[in-house]
Amino acid sequence: MAAPQPINVEDLNIYYSDFLAVEGVNVQIRPRSVTALIGPSGCGKSTFLRTLNRMHEVIPGAYAEGKVEINGEDIYDSRVDPVNVRRRVGMVFQKANPFPTMSIRDNVLAGVKLNNRRISRTAADELAERALKGANLWNEVKDRLDKPGMGLSGGQQQRLCIARTIAVQPEVVLMDEPCSALDPISTLAIEDLIHELKQEYTIVIVTHNMQQASRVSDRTGFFNIAGTGKPGHLIEIDETDTIFTNPTNKQTEDYISGRFG
Amino acid sequence: MSSSTSVQTPLSVRSTDERRLPWYHLIFTGLAGLLVAVAALSIAGALSVASAILLGFVLHLLFGWTYSLVREGPRWAMDRLVTLLVIGAFAVSMFPLLSLLWSVISRGMTRVLAAKPDVLSFWTSDMSGIIGGADAGGVFHATVGTLLITLWASIISIPVGLFTAIFLVEYADQGWKRTLGKGVTFLVDVMTGIPSIVAGLFGLAVFIAFMPDQSVRMGIMGAVALSLLMIPTVVRNSEEMLRLVPMDLREAAYALGVPKWLTIVKVVLRTAIAGLTTGVTLAIARVIGETAPLLLTVGMVTSVNWDMFDGRMATLPTFINQQYRNGNANCMSETVTNPVNQEIYACSISTNIDRAWAAAFTLIVIVMVLNIAARMISHYFSPKLSR
Repeated sequence: MAAPQPINVEDLNIYYSDFLAVEGVNVQIRPRSVTALIGPSGCGKSTFLRTLNRMHEVIPGAYAEGKVEINGEDIYDSRVDPVNVRRRVGMVFQKANPFPTMSIRDNVLAGVKLNNRRISRTAADELAERALKGANLWNEVKDRLDKPGMGLSGGQQQRLCIARTIAVQPEVVLMDEPCSALDPISTLAIEDLIHELKQEYTIVIVTHNMQQASRVSDRTGFFNIAGTGKPGHLIEIDETDTIFTNPTNKQTEDYISGRFG
Repeated sequence: MSSSTSVQTPLSVRSTDERRLPWYHLIFTGLAGLLVAVAALSIAGALSVASAILLGFVLHLLFGWTYSLVREGPRWAMDRLVTLLVIGAFAVSMFPLLSLLWSVISRGMTRVLAAKPDVLSFWTSDMSGIIGGADAGGVFHATVGTLLITLWASIISIPVGLFTAIFLVEYADQGWKRTLGKGVTFLVDVMTGIPSIVAGLFGLAVFIAFMPDQSVRMGIMGAVALSLLMIPTVVRNSEEMLRLVPMDLREAAYALGVPKWLTIVKVVLRTAIAGLTTGVTLAIARVIGETAPLLLTVGMVTSVNWDMFDGRMATLPTFINQQYRNGNANCMSETVTNPVNQEIYACSISTNIDRAWAAAFTLIVIVMVLNIAARMISHYFSPKLSR
């Protein structure tokens, strides 16, 4: 397997109908590392995250202009099928959303089963076990794989969603505030998991929690917005240590130190 | 805490005007109300069960409220009054349902139990050769007709209605599709209000326009007429159910690289299946008892017709209508002879009316079985939340 290439974002403008939500993002996201995106509410960091696997355009009227290269391919090229992009770039959402009609096992295998792909019983078992182990959930659920996924606790459900995402073997995993609805212990479990996952996957995580960003990420990007109705901008992105100790931009410094607005 | 002027009463002790009495005190006030009502009505010479219960209930409202006001205080008195009113409203709404069920079952069973040679005969025999007041005959032909026509109406309506709902919920979100969706919604609303007789005329007109024989009658014509009534209900119910499926689940599927159509089939429809089943059952229940369109399009026969595309068919609602209009038979002689197979039956004056009630009973049983089946499907397929 070739060495993974960075995700290359060039001049990305993101719209909701005719409203420009995020303007002029230029960034390189390092492979096999954790990039955290921080910033105030409504600054467009989740919107930006959702353009990285073309989930943004699921919202009626939403679209993006510019270039996002993953492994040297522009995912906004007109010949690219968004479905294929999403198979390579997985996503974990803010609210854990296991499929309520499926068992734990079927939830993990959802990427296979929903796509009508045939898979042998043993291969499916192996895949489910590997994914659940990868999500640090195997020991907690191995005796009740056929029970409904909705029966798990909030933190377990979120790890189930991560297992479901890594079961389709993506290259990139996007996480949109994955811990904001969880207690500190579950949050710790997910943060540990993120540390392990970066050995194999490129991870981009949006978080409101600056301590979390400093704990889990290698690089941190700061988004800000000039005012309501104005587009959000990527103000600065750098090594996490640098951002939190010695930011270049005044806005970043104000936000980090809590002197915001 | 801020109102230091008022003395705080401990929470565990109710203030003197708030003693709660056990509920059975209401029985005493209720009996008092009933007794006073009976006495007053017999003096006025208007005593009957209905009037006694009605006046007794009104008096009970008064007595119960006064008694509670004196013994329990104003807050609980109001609580008693409203409780009694709610119970009264519940009884009023249940009364028609229970009395309807009772009369259909009791009167319907007369004919079912009288059927010879066994109890099932009413459902296994038809009306061929049954004339006058013959103490025989059954609804096999009408049951078959009703089931076939409703089945075909469902075969037409469920796909059309479901696909329309899927279009409205999943695809009509922007641009020209949104405009089209709004138009479709408006037309569906208009369709909901179509009188059933108009649907019958439509079913008739559509087929007559393409047929050389103007007097043509077929089961499928009835199914088309019924589907016209069924489609808007299916669309409306399914649309509501599909909108209830959280956007989260669709996004979860998209994020796994599942195409939109597979997401709709395997996530949206699968999650909503319980509600969809209920909605479809309601739509079927709405049309299964339709009479007017079937009178126009499929007419009436006395024996079973399995062919939806040839000839008239009997259905339960039209059968009820026909039998009831026949009214009492005039039994000139003790027996009636079947001109087809020469069997001899006893003559019964009320046989036609009894058959109408028994057919109504059959119709209710069919609807009930459908409802139970739908309940079981939704129970089996609904999302499971338990551990």
